Formats: sequence, C-alpha cells, structure tokens
Amino acid sequence: MLEQLKDLHAQALDELNKVNNPRELELWRIRHLGKKSSLTKVLRSLATLPLEERRKGGAKANEIKKALESSLEEKEKLLQEALFTSPLESQRLDITLPGRPLPTGRLHPTNQALNEICDVFKNMGFQVIEGPDVEWDYYNFEALNIPQHHPARDMFATLWIDAGLGGKARLLRTHTSPMQIRLMERERPPIRAIVPGRAYRYEATDATHESMFYQVEGLAVDKGITLADLKGTLFDFCRCLFGEERKVRFRCDYFPFVEPGVEVAIGCSACDGAGCRLCSYSGWLEILGAGMVHPDVLARVDIDPELYSGFAFGLGVERIPMLRYGIDDIRLFYSNDLRFLRQF
Amino acid sequence: MKVSLKWLRDYVDIKLTPEELAERLTMAGLEVKGIQTMGGTWDNVVIGEVIALNPHPNADRLKLATVDLGTEQVSTVCGAPNIGLGQRVTFARIGARLIDPHTGEAIVLEPAEIRGVASEGMVCSEKELGISDSHEGILVLSPEAPIGTPLGAYLGDVIFDLDVTPNRPDCLSVIGIAREIAALTDEPLRLFPIHYEELEDSIDSFAAVDIADSDLCPRYCASLITGIKLASSPGWLQQRLNSCGMRPINNVVDVTNYVMLEYGQPLHAFDYHKLKGRQIIVRRAGSGETITTLDGSERALTPDILVIADKEEAVAIAGIMGGLDSEVTDKTDAILLESANFNQATIRRDCSHLQVQSEASIRFDKGLNSKLPLIPLKRATQLLLELAGGRAAKGIIDVYPRKSKPKPILLSAQEVKRLSGLKVNIDEILKVLKALGFECQEDDSGSQLSVSVPYWRSDVKCSADLVEEIVRIIGYEKIPITRLGSPLPQQKSKLSPSAQQSNLKEKLRNILAGFGFQEILTYSLVSLEKLQKLSPKLELKISPLKVANPMTREQEYLRTSLRAGLLSTLAHNQKFEQEGIRLFEIGKVFLPQHPPVIASEAKQSQEERELPQEKEMLCAMLSGPRTELSWQADNEPLDFFDAKGVVENLLNQLGLKASFNIGDDEILFPGRGADIIVEDDKVGIVGDVHPMVAQAFELSNAVCFMEVDVEKLLTMITGTKKYQPLSRFPSVTRDIALVIDEQVSYQTVENIIRSFPLVKHVTLFDLYRGEQIPKGKKSFAIRIVYQSPKHTLTDEEVDQTQEQMLSRLHQELGATLRD
Ligand SMILES: [Zn+2]
Repeated sequence: MLEQLKDLHAQALDELNKVNNPRELELWRIRHLGKKSSLTKVLRSLATLPLEERRKGGAKANEIKKALESSLEEKEKLLQEALFTSPLESQRLDITLPGRPLPTGRLHPTNQALNEICDVFKNMGFQVIEGPDVEWDYYNFEALNIPQHHPARDMFATLWIDAGLGGKARLLRTHTSPMQIRLMERERPPIRAIVPGRAYRYEATDATHESMFYQVEGLAVDKGITLADLKGTLFDFCRCLFGEERKVRFRCDYFPFVEPGVEVAIGCSACDGAGCRLCSYSGWLEILGAGMVHPDVLARVDIDPELYSGFAFGLGVERIPMLRYGIDDIRLFYSNDLRFLRQF
Repeated sequence: MKVSLKWLRDYVDIKLTPEELAERLTMAGLEVKGIQTMGGTWDNVVIGEVIALNPHPNADRLKLATVDLGTEQVSTVCGAPNIGLGQRVTFARIGARLIDPHTGEAIVLEPAEIRGVASEGMVCSEKELGISDSHEGILVLSPEAPIGTPLGAYLGDVIFDLDVTPNRPDCLSVIGIAREIAALTDEPLRLFPIHYEELEDSIDSFAAVDIADSDLCPRYCASLITGIKLASSPGWLQQRLNSCGMRPINNVVDVTNYVMLEYGQPLHAFDYHKLKGRQIIVRRAGSGETITTLDGSERALTPDILVIADKEEAVAIAGIMGGLDSEVTDKTDAILLESANFNQATIRRDCSHLQVQSEASIRFDKGLNSKLPLIPLKRATQLLLELAGGRAAKGIIDVYPRKSKPKPILLSAQEVKRLSGLKVNIDEILKVLKALGFECQEDDSGSQLSVSVPYWRSDVKCSADLVEEIVRIIGYEKIPITRLGSPLPQQKSKLSPSAQQSNLKEKLRNILAGFGFQEILTYSLVSLEKLQKLSPKLELKISPLKVANPMTREQEYLRTSLRAGLLSTLAHNQKFEQEGIRLFEIGKVFLPQHPPVIASEAKQSQEERELPQEKEMLCAMLSGPRTELSWQADNEPLDFFDAKGVVENLLNQLGLKASFNIGDDEILFPGRGADIIVEDDKVGIVGDVHPMVAQAFELSNAVCFMEVDVEKLLTMITGTKKYQPLSRFPSVTRDIALVIDEQVSYQTVENIIRSFPLVKHVTLFDLYRGEQIPKGKKSFAIRIVYQSPKHTLTDEEVDQTQEQMLSRLHQELGATLRD
C-alpha cells in the first residue's frame, strides 16, 4: 500500500515536470488530484483495510495530497510568470517605431547661461536685481568716474537717445555698471547683489561684436571686503561654471570706476592654452572685468570709503555658451534661428 | 603701442625671454596683444649693394641688377621702380623664406627665370620680408648697412604690440614701458644725460611765445635751431620708427616722432622763417578762420578749437596737426621746435569735432602732465643738432602760466591690507614705489608714508591707486583667495520688488518652455517700418523713442511691444520649418510716457519719469500644425484655442483665474481675439493675428498670439495661492447635452451652471453642430461634478439642483436638453 502511494507521488511529480501551459496543468490536476484520480481511489480503498493500516495509509495519502497541492501551486506560479515574461506574439510591439511627439520648448542659450550664473551667486547670498536699459549719462558715465571728455569714453561706443546734451543726455546703457550707483543710492551696506541685463554699443557687428549683449553686474559692499574676497568669489564662480580643472587668470586691468582693477580670463578651451584663433593666440579668454569699487564712487553715494570697501564685476554672458559649445559667431544669438536655438 | 625690444634695452637690462616678459607685463596691466619676431625667418637674406643696373633684354620695365654681397656678386631681375645704383638692399638667396606679396602666405624662394634671364635670388620689398605691408618698391637700407651681413643681425628685433589702457599715457612711450619693466624685474632704469652746445644769442631775440588762453594751454616750451639741413634720417633711426609702425619722412620730422615715441611727449617743428612776426600765439580760433593741415585738407575752425598762431593766422591745430604753410621743407634752414602741454578735454573735443586723430592727439587726449615737455624738448634739440646740423639758440622759451602742485598721498601698510587682502610690510611698499619713481617719506611712527607722485603718473590720485601699484608689481597671483565673510544683506529691502519680478520671469519662462515653447530674445531696437506694420492701418499708437545715432535703420527705434520681434522671427524660421512653431519672449518694452501719477504713489522721482517706462511683457506666438508630422498624430493647424489654452494653463499655474472679453486690439483679427481679464483687470490679449499684419511680415500661415503684462501679474500673484482642504465626501458626476442658439456664448452657459454652490467642476467635452440638431443651433455636452464639503450628496439633492439649473438655462438662454 505504502509502496503504491510512493509510486503515485513520484509519477505525478514526473508528469508535472512535463507540464508546459495552464491547460496541461488543469488536466494534470484532474488526473492526480481530481475525484477520479488514482490517489482518490487509494483513499477510498482504505476503508476496506484494518484499522492500523488504514491509519498509516491515510496519513501517508494525505501527506502526498498536500505535497502535490503545493507542487501544483508552485507550478501555477511558474506558468504565470512565464506568461508575462514571454508574451503572446500578438502583443509584441515594434519598439523601434517613433514615440508620440511632444512639443519641446527650450530656454534661449543666453538665459540658460544667465540662470546658471545667477544660481551660483544666489548661493553666495547675492540678490538678483534689474535696472533700466535707457539710462542717464550720469549713471552710465559720470557717477562711474567717466566725466565728459574722459579718455575712457573711448572704451564705450554709445547709442544716444539725446544727442549733444552733455550730462543730461539719455542713452542706451553701455554696460550694467550704472546699477552699481542705483543700488548704492537705494541701499546701505551690507550690499550683495547681481544685476543681469542688456547692454548696447554703437558698433558694427561681426563674429565677435554685437550691438546688443547681456551682462551680469556684481556688487558687494561692506566693511572689510578685499581684493582677495573678489578673487575668491570669482574663482569660485569660474570653478562652478567651467569645472575644477580649468585654469583661471586674475590680472591687473583698468576700468575707471574700480581701483585696483582686475581682468579675469580662463584657459582657452579650444587650444588648451597653446594659442589659437579663438583666443587670439594668447591661450586665454577674457570673461570679465572687475575690481574694488573706486573710493570716489563710494563717496559719491555717501558711503565712507575709509570705513567701507567693496568689489564690483561685470561679466559677458554670451561668452559662456560660446566657450562651452564652441560657437564662433555671436550674431547667431539674437538672429533667433531655430536651427541654432534648438541645439541647446 | 608697438615697441621694439632692442630699443627697450637701451634703458633697461632684460633677462627674460620675450614670452616671459610679455606675461609679466600683461599680468601687471600692460597687456601684450602680440609678439612679432622680425628676422626669425631671414636666414637666407643678406645685405648687398647694387653695383650694376642694366636693362632687361626682353622687358622694358624690368632691370638686371648685379648685387655685391661682399664675398660674391650675384645677378637678379628686378622690377621695382625705386631700385638705384649704389643702394644697400636686402638680397634673398634661393631657399629664403619670404612672404608672397599677393597672397600674404609664407613661401620658399625657388630658382626662377624671368623672361629668359635667370635670377640667383631676389631683392626684397618690406612686405616680402614681413616687416610691413609696403610693396611699392624694394626696401632700401641706409648707406651704412654692412654689406654681406645677414639681415637678421642688422634688422632683427622683437616687436611687442601693447594694449595701453587710457589711464597710462606714460606707457605710450618707450621709456615709460622700460620703467615698468625695470620695476617688474628689479632692474635699474638707465636714462642718458642730455647736453648740447648753444649759440651766444638768446632765443628771446629770435622769437616770442604768448599763451592767450592759458586755461587750455598750461605750458608752452620751444627751442630754436638755425642752419639746419633737411635730409633722410640715418638707418638706425628709420629702423626704430619702422619698428614702432611709423614711417620715416626726413630727419627733422623723424626726430620729433622719435622723441615722442621715446618720452611720450608730442613735439612739432615749425619752419621758423614762415612764422609771421616771429611769434607764437596760443589762442582759440577766430570764427570763420580756416587752416590747411599737413594732410592737405582745409579745415574750418570754430572758436572752441585751440590753435597755434603766428602774428596773422593759425599755423597749427594745437596738439593735433600742423599746418601746411609752416611745414618743414627742404628749403627750411631754421626751425622752431614746440613741446607744449594742452588741456586734455580740449584736444578730445577738437578731435571729435574735426573728425581727425594723430599720434600727438592720442597722447594729449589721455592727459599729459605739464611737467613733461622740457626734457623731451632738450632731447629733440640735441638729436637735431647731431643729425641735421645747425646751431641752437641760447636757452629755451618756457611759458608756464599754470603750474600744478600735486599733494602727497598718505598710505599705510594697513590700508594696503584693507583693500587688497595682501599683507605687505613697509619696506616692500617702499621698494615698489621707488622703482616706479614715487618718492616716499615715512612719518615718525614708521607706519605711514607720505607719497609724492612722479609727474608722468598723473593717473595716481588716491591711496587706492597706490594699492594697485603695489599689488600689481608684487603680482596679482600673490593675492590670497578668500570667501566673502561679511554679513548677508537683509532679506527684505527696497530691492525686493525687483528680485520678485525676476523670480516671476524665471517661473514664466520655465512654464512656457514646459508647454513646448522655444524662448527667443530679440533686439530692443527695431525699424520704424516694422513698428508700423504691426497695425493694419500702418498707424503708430505710441510714438517710439528714437536713437539719435543709430547704426542701421533696422535698429533705430526702441520697441514698444515684443510683437515685431516675434513676427520677424516667425517669418525667418518659416523658411526652414515644416513643423509647427511655438515661440515666446519675455522682455522689456519701452514706452516714452509713464502712466499718470497717482498722488498716493508718487514715489517716482522726476528723473525716473523722464526716462521711458520700461515694462516687462510676455509675448508668445504659435503657427503651423499642432503636432509634428508623425505616424500617430493629427495634423490640424494650431488655432485660437491653443493660444487660449496656454493663457489659461499659465495663469492657473500661477494660481490665477482668467476670464475673457471680446478684444479689439488692432493686431487681432476682429472677432477672433480676446482681452484676458484677471481680477477685473485686463492683463493681456490673446487671439489670431490680423491677416494683414501677418501678410506685412510675409507670413504664409495663420498666427495665434498672446501677450501678457508681467508687471501686472506680479501685483496679482502675491499670496493668491491658498491651500484648500480636501473634501471628505464623495462627488457625483452628471453629463448633460444642451441645445442652444448659435449666438449664445459658452461663457454665459457656464456662468449659470457655476452659480449653483454644489457645482465643483464644469467641463465642456463636446461641441456639435450638424444634422441631428436644428439649423442655427449648437449643442454643448457638459460634464458637471457636484460635491458638498459638508455631507454626502443624495441623488435627490443632485436631481433637484440640476432641474433648477436646467430651468434657468431654459428661461435665460433658451437652452433645451438634447434627446
Ligand atoms: Zn585658444
């Protein structure tokens, strides 16, 4: 009797192994666990046996039944999984068909760069402020130590609104620096702000010159601010934008409204410092002018230059995407050709 | 400013390589833009003498030249018109590296036969040697050029091209640059004593100088030389002028130029005998006065122009250019040499007035010190006596009505540290300042210096200027790198509104880019024509601000809206794009008039009101098919409802709810445009661009458009978003289909539905016109979601509400339920 049960079990498991789909599994269940299965027959036949044998056989038969049931469950699971892992042919997709199109929008590369720049300085505690594009001669020049007939006016070819009015003339700002004065007129130290915006020049356009471009002006004024702080701030900035590896050069330069004055350049990305057309064979690309706010400028807005000091910087925005993406013509920025804009 | 290394070495020992020197100068503020090595490629070029010239047998314009190279004689064919017997010339042998004068490219000289005659090399022009662009004739060297010597040994040099900043006119001179190098490399500066013999007769017996307008001419010095002989300058002098990019002319003019390059002081030589009345008067020009200048042009003068005059008329425009009449010529035998100081602003103004610039004016217009003229005058007099002969009158004329007395500047090591962050001791400071020519006196405590500024450094005026001098000579690379340690400014300040506005703009940009719009940035300046084309009647509602000196007509007026920029961009891109285009720009428009002041808000100053109102606007345009061409999408054109959807979704993201009234802005196609209303205020417009406007911009497709006043939005969004508790009770959804007259707007239907408090959402999900409903009617299919915040709605409640709703819709709008 017990031998017979053992054989039944072995045979059922053997058959189960060969089952490949749910239909076969159902047939298997009917055959081995159904009302007409051999196992049921054995169980029924137990009634004719002596008590002791009946008890032993019954226990064994129930044990095998349970074992088969759990094997069945396992097999069911396996088949189910197999169903999802190898789907039916009719459900198969040509996954190489293109996806449904979505309209894609992008920010202008200048604004992408502006966002990046502003984020770096925001994290350093600078507020983002804007100012007027149409300015007084006073803010654009005079208050920045560039009076009428100052030789530094040569550095700023100007588009004028009013011609020949001297200090009372309106103009299109040639840089974002007038906002240094407006900021300091409105606020007392500590001041920490950046001013993104447009600037304009009376200039024939070519691959490296535009009549309109974007700048970011920076200003920090308080007690104890030094040129070393300016250097640190700008080095930090360059690292954020151009990576740790890029060389940064911090050299003396002249702007009438700062003293000492600074120019910051980064190692040319095109030639790695060896010299090429992009960097005029110098190995360096100028990205911003800076310096300590000139004491006369501070005094003009009633900030005591003996007590307070500050730094200012002006950064050309388009240069950053130009350097990063190797754009060799600044005129592409504001001619707004979608074939250009969609690359960024 | 171009400067020769050879020349610099007269004044300072230079041990650095040219590249190292350029690096040091650049770091210290004197940027070297380029280094040109002259003679680096001249290994096969030698100096020779033309010893025979014969006509070419087969060509009239060519000559056969025999050139003596010392060890050998070579023959060559030469077509240069200026070749002459006995000249010292440069001879390039076969294999020499030259510049092709026609292409500008480097070539190697190959054996050649010119019209049947073989050449063993060639006589070169300056261009072929890479010295200059001159190719009118061959380079003729001075008679003392040593025959047989390689050209590199004779003419070879390194030329630095310096970008001198406007504050450093002293560096528009060789000595000035040498002084910088001396300070930077810790070498002494060598200056030479000036001495010459003078006549018995005092200069005062020859000439007199009178400064009539001393406000414009603080000083005028002059010397006088008689018995002078005009000739070519010696080779060394010509070479030096050439190396600095100046053309040699004759010994007198060359000496004035040479000394100007050497000291930075412009000089001018007058033909003494042509000065009527033997006198010089420095005065403002008379009205109607004219002068013919050295360049041959007759110039009308005005009373604000400063001239140098003799007794009768102007003989030079002060500091800018001499007059033709008093010019030095080969008949000249006596000259009056001028070395003066002129008011910087005057020279600048006169230059821009007369549209002229010269080597003299670019120095004067930077501001030279009135102490400068004397030494260069003596130097030039000495050189002229050496090179042009003659005798100098005794003494010099020095009219100096306006002496300037600069005050010393106080400086401490502490101040250097306070501004630069660089710790230096007083000895280091002393060393740097002395090397640059500053004189320093320590006070008793030894902590403070009293610094006298040398006359050639008028740019140094305050202690910050001195700090820069110290730091740049020590080296900017030595400055520590620190982070800002000062306290942060207050979060809330007068600057906050501007900061909020820039945050809002950033948010709008991101939302629109998310909606699939490409951001563009267009010029603030546009043409008048484009502004006019924005109106179907070509009228300007706002007269735009005009630029007084526009570069082009395309960029002459400040934009009063973003419309023209977007339409032009669409037109430009339509040529390349088959797909739909969605564009937006957020930027300023410039309105000449500010809105009238409300008394309580009169915080704008008059000055601000005289500037145009700069208003931030958002403008977007859509045109072309709604989706890209695809195997899976419809290809309907973008229309009004796409634009409106953008407006609704955009405002929704800002927490604002818009309603729409019929709009009449002239850019809109009548009947297809709307005003955008938020909180009873018009914030913008949306609609189809008037086809006449689109046509004027050469647009082939229909264009939809939206425009929003960003500043108005800013005033509305502050604190508008508030959390709404989530209802705990289930909602009930009902769909209805209404048949209604064509004239009834959807908005009126929705308004009635929404007036029932239990209505939570209303969605129009179908609009039908057609066979199944009567003509002149349309059908709205509307989904209504009912919900109560207080209890679970029963079917009876919803039925009751909907019945009331339908009867109102019927009574007020004639709407019926569709069967
Ligand atoms: Zn490069």
